[in-house]
Amino acid sequence: MARLSRDNLVTAQEIIARYPRPKSALIPLLHLAQEQDGWLTEDAMEHLAELVGVTPAEVLGTASFYEMFKREPVGRYVINVCTDIACSLVGGDELLEHAEETLGVRDGGTTADGMFTLHGVQCIAACTEAPCLQTNYRYSHQVTNEGFDQLVDDLRNGRKDSEVPHHGVLARIRQSIPADKAAGAIVPEGQSEPAWLASAAADASGEGTSS
Amino acid sequence: MSDTTETPAPPSGPRELPKVVTSRWDLEDSHTLARYEATGGYTALRSALTKAPQAIVDEVKAASLLGRGGAGFPAGVKWGFCPPGVWPRYLVVNGDESEPGTYKDRILMERDPHQLIEGVLLACYAVGCAQAFLYVRGEMALAQERIAAALNEAYAAGYVGKNILGSDYSVDVVLHWGAGAYIVGEETALIESLEGNRGMPRLKPPYFPAAQGLYLKPTIVNNVETLSNLPWILNNGAEAFSSFGAETSRGTRLFAVSGHVNNPGVFEVEFGTTTYRDLIYTHAGGIRDGNELKCFIPGGASAPWFFEEHLDLPLETGAIGKAGSMMGSGAIVVMDETTDAVKACWKVVKFFAHESCGKCTPCREGTDWLEKILERILHGHGRPNDLELLLDVCDNISPGISWPPRQTTICPLGPSAVSPISSALRRFRDEFEAYLAAAEPPAVASVGGSVPVDIRVGASS
Repeated sequence: MARLSRDNLVTAQEIIARYPRPKSALIPLLHLAQEQDGWLTEDAMEHLAELVGVTPAEVLGTASFYEMFKREPVGRYVINVCTDIACSLVGGDELLEHAEETLGVRDGGTTADGMFTLHGVQCIAACTEAPCLQTNYRYSHQVTNEGFDQLVDDLRNGRKDSEVPHHGVLARIRQSIPADKAAGAIVPEGQSEPAWLASAAADASGEGTSS
Repeated sequence: MSDTTETPAPPSGPRELPKVVTSRWDLEDSHTLARYEATGGYTALRSALTKAPQAIVDEVKAASLLGRGGAGFPAGVKWGFCPPGVWPRYLVVNGDESEPGTYKDRILMERDPHQLIEGVLLACYAVGCAQAFLYVRGEMALAQERIAAALNEAYAAGYVGKNILGSDYSVDVVLHWGAGAYIVGEETALIESLEGNRGMPRLKPPYFPAAQGLYLKPTIVNNVETLSNLPWILNNGAEAFSSFGAETSRGTRLFAVSGHVNNPGVFEVEFGTTTYRDLIYTHAGGIRDGNELKCFIPGGASAPWFFEEHLDLPLETGAIGKAGSMMGSGAIVVMDETTDAVKACWKVVKFFAHESCGKCTPCREGTDWLEKILERILHGHGRPNDLELLLDVCDNISPGISWPPRQTTICPLGPSAVSPISSALRRFRDEFEAYLAAAEPPAVASVGGSVPVDIRVGASS
């Protein structure tokens, strides 16, 4: 496993073309690789290094900094229970404890059937809906113990398939920049004043016409 | 919303304020182009394209719009810091919101992505940016989907891309995803991350982004809420915008109120005339279970805590600063009388220790030590001099433990971990001492003691 598939390679090239420097596409490409395999393999990181023109060590250096990138297999569903201050005040820690009991794994563990990986995490930006969790980065708000058990049951039995894709799939709607509409990536070198500013300046000095 | 001038109500009596950034939040399909156009969307852009870019800069400067990301720097003034004649210029939108208590920007991106995109287009036109990057926190899958869909609609309709609406204005707006790192919300770390690197802050100076940002080219980094204000300002005029709010903070602001309140939520309120009491007791429904307030974090986890006597402070940056804290990200976390101050303090410090990028030693080592010392106190293994030790470590991260903090670090993350400790120790020292009085000798001679067993913040512990 783990070089990008043919389809994903096409997507990767589209993403790289949006950036002035290929390396800027690295984080989106790491997401793409993780979407394909569920986690980041060394082969995938080597492939991305080739694509953006850096060393595999540089790719690892970036990947290892960010919490969302998993460098070993995880469950089909990664459940992140928030235990930060706002969630803790209204039961976040107790919810994580209950989740450990329900799934039979400790914080950071993966269930034997490979379905769930559980994490107690820092703030996930849903503080007024506390206690909250994310399943593959999809929110559940004001989660009770019963609500957690129902969620796990629904996920196990495929009742959440349309809402929660497998781990690694983030936005299912991707940005698409049509070739005929694209203004194009602006490289840092050799640029002059943009046309609309130049024409405005010319207008101000009476040398041109307004757009 | 339209491009006709709506005059706000006069300042006497109850003021019916326009919703500047939340007007569509309750509408069905508020995230779609159809809804946005039907409610006046993209009229500010159409109008702007008939004017000189400098006129847009002047309007935003006249509105005195302060950045809504936390630092509160005037947006129009920041735009003016790009050195003349240096091209290209980039716009980077900071949508990497992750400070505990804060989530207004996520809601703005999910519910009204076109308002943000129009703000981006107005800023790029005014500043002269031919490419913009919308950096969205990685964990916010729905916000990414909504923005991607909105950008696709905007490209198809000719609002974004080459020769926008038939003009000579062309700009690509690229949706970029983060991958989970709080520090990336710091603007120079955001730029590092956007270059494909580990998200570690750059030293300022020399790397003020407006002069040397992305690829060391002039780069404007603006927050999501800041840019979302622009369509209203351009449609209604700077005068209308600056007619409400406070002298030092014009317009409205989003506040997220969470914790021990009956009606937690995100509220758009007027600067200056609204107080913390209004927010907590009126908008957020008061303290849960009829309990008394113990303390509250007034502006995101990095802000020093406030107490009962601060409730009537106006929501205005100057007044809050003079009182020893900050409005910051607009996040208010309320703690009632049942809260264990030591545990709450540990929770906040733990966040900053976890999120330290590791670049600066005082932050990398100091926040970790703070967390471990608090942990052993909570486990009943505190030592007699631990409170002095905590303050000593704080002093090494932020000398004088003053406000605003003096830093020994490149960015303010480390000093942010100092504020809960200094706040809690100043006000609730007896709670720390109670832990120490009941302490048993440590079972092992380690700093942190055993793995946490049961450290909860709320009343049930």
